Amino acid sequence: MSAATLSAPAAAPAREGRIGLRANLRHIGALARRNLLQIKADPESMFDAVIMPIIFILLFTYVFGGSMAGKGNEQDYLNYLVPGLMAMQGMNIAMAVGTGVNDDFKKGVMDRFRTMPIARSSVLIAKIVVEIGRMLVATAILLGMGFALGLSITTTPLHLLAAVALSVAFGASLMWVFILLGLSLKTPQAVQGIAMLVLMPLQFGSSIFAPTAKMPGWLEGFTKYNPLSNLADAARNLMRGGPVAHSVWMTLAWAVAITLVTAPLAVSKFRKKT
Amino acid sequence: MGAGTVVGMTRNDTTRGAGSGGNAVEVRGLVKHFGATKALNGVDLDVREGTVLGVLGPNGAGKTTLVRCLSTLLRPDAGTARVAGYDVLAQPRQLRRVIGLTGQYASVDEKLSGFENLYMIGRLLDLSRKDARRRGEEMLERFSLTEAAKRPAGQYSGGMRRRLDLAASMIGRPAVLYLDEPTTGLDPRTRNEVWEEVQRMVAEGATVLLTTQYMEEAEQLAHELTVIDRGQVIAGGGVDELKAKVGGRTLQIRPADRTELHRMAGALAQAQLDGIGGAVADEAEGVVNVPIISDEQLTAVVALLGSRGFAISDISTHLPSLDEVFLAVTGQKASAPQQDAADTDALQEVAA
Repeated sequence: MSAATLSAPAAAPAREGRIGLRANLRHIGALARRNLLQIKADPESMFDAVIMPIIFILLFTYVFGGSMAGKGNEQDYLNYLVPGLMAMQGMNIAMAVGTGVNDDFKKGVMDRFRTMPIARSSVLIAKIVVEIGRMLVATAILLGMGFALGLSITTTPLHLLAAVALSVAFGASLMWVFILLGLSLKTPQAVQGIAMLVLMPLQFGSSIFAPTAKMPGWLEGFTKYNPLSNLADAARNLMRGGPVAHSVWMTLAWAVAITLVTAPLAVSKFRKKT
Repeated sequence: MGAGTVVGMTRNDTTRGAGSGGNAVEVRGLVKHFGATKALNGVDLDVREGTVLGVLGPNGAGKTTLVRCLSTLLRPDAGTARVAGYDVLAQPRQLRRVIGLTGQYASVDEKLSGFENLYMIGRLLDLSRKDARRRGEEMLERFSLTEAAKRPAGQYSGGMRRRLDLAASMIGRPAVLYLDEPTTGLDPRTRNEVWEEVQRMVAEGATVLLTTQYMEEAEQLAHELTVIDRGQVIAGGGVDELKAKVGGRTLQIRPADRTELHRMAGALAQAQLDGIGGAVADEAEGVVNVPIISDEQLTAVVALLGSRGFAISDISTHLPSLDEVFLAVTGQKASAPQQDAADTDALQEVAA
């Protein structure tokens, strides 16, 4: 009818409408605030970050510690265990990002974001930022609990920081895996179910809870290639002294490889869905 | 589509893309398939700037698909659509700056309070903290949600959630607002609130594309109507135009004595009361149907039957339902009996 009246904006440059960096950061901030408010509304969702470290450290130190290191020597096992738990924690917490992403798509709220002038990736980035915050909270609680029970660090605080940073970096790379799962599966429960199936063997088939030397050969072989073993060894040696180069590089290589493979897949899946 | 009567207000605002008096929404030959299903099968429509277009259609007609294509949630397979001058495929980012959408289900975060939902949307729309807070409170007030502002949206009733959703869509004062069955399932009071708010938005210069199953809603809000069915536009025009096509109400009279049915219909037809086209006896129902367009005609019919001494056991009037609108605009009602007749003829031929 009057197509002629609509010519002006069509001539606008293609870059028009792009989201600037400052706007993008503001959007990520607003969305991160949303994720924090979700936690506030549902405090149980922090159990994995607040309660689990406490339960794990008490359970393993006092149930297995005596057998592992000899009665009265639980302290030795505690020193072995805490760096391992730090390595494990990132994975457990990263899982929540998958169920969260899945839930967002279930609800109409994702549609709202998709019709708004924001970069769609800011929804994911905000989630990752908040999850990294949760990992730091969990790590602080774990270390606080550890120190209260007598954990001793034989290296420098800088080494400890490096161990924390490495654990968080590895956990962040795993978030892409869980985001991919969250985008691929139908329900948050399915995400959790599949995740547990993968997590259990990885966690226990590693050097997190026990040295691998006494495991049968085939299992020991598996643990060598289990990135959680690499991370646990790296964190342990950073905190307690020992050779760190190999395990640190292996962990970083795993983190980069996991990110390189799953992040593009997750982002393209996210784009397709949005 | 013919040019309807000029209603509503146009807005001379060059920042909105389309020139004043132009079309805020232009859709040409829009097609969207889902597998073998053609949800949209070549839809053309225009919404003039500053007006409300009502898109009427039954469930599954393609209304929601249309709205999702126009709000960049779905990529159309063919055809073009421009909103405020922006192409849905080529300029989605710009387009998202000028639209607001309220779908059939509320798209708010259930864990966040009403206020926090609106504040978040305000911030995502680049309002300052102060403005986002002020605008959020203002919208809560407008939609009578101030008391519930601090409660999680998940605890809201269905009507409250819909109101919050509408408030969220309107925070950024969008130039073009899509309302996809905005009052389905709402109580009358809430429905009126929604209507008032929509009218206010239009008075402020917004253009609205409204899908609905309710003729009443379309009459209340829309300046023009488009009827779609099975992914195609089957009728369009001004509200009055469409109503004229459908006719007014139908008066149903049930004679106390069923055998008088045809005599009553005949008497009404012969009397040639002012403006009454005819009376049809419906034997199956045992009633006489008289199409009327005014209360005076109703009185005249009743007076005539009284003066002729007909005994009436029941009398009622019916507004045309949306189904009847469809039937009327597609002409299927008229053709259906003929088809029956044709079928009967065919059967007789076979029998012979």
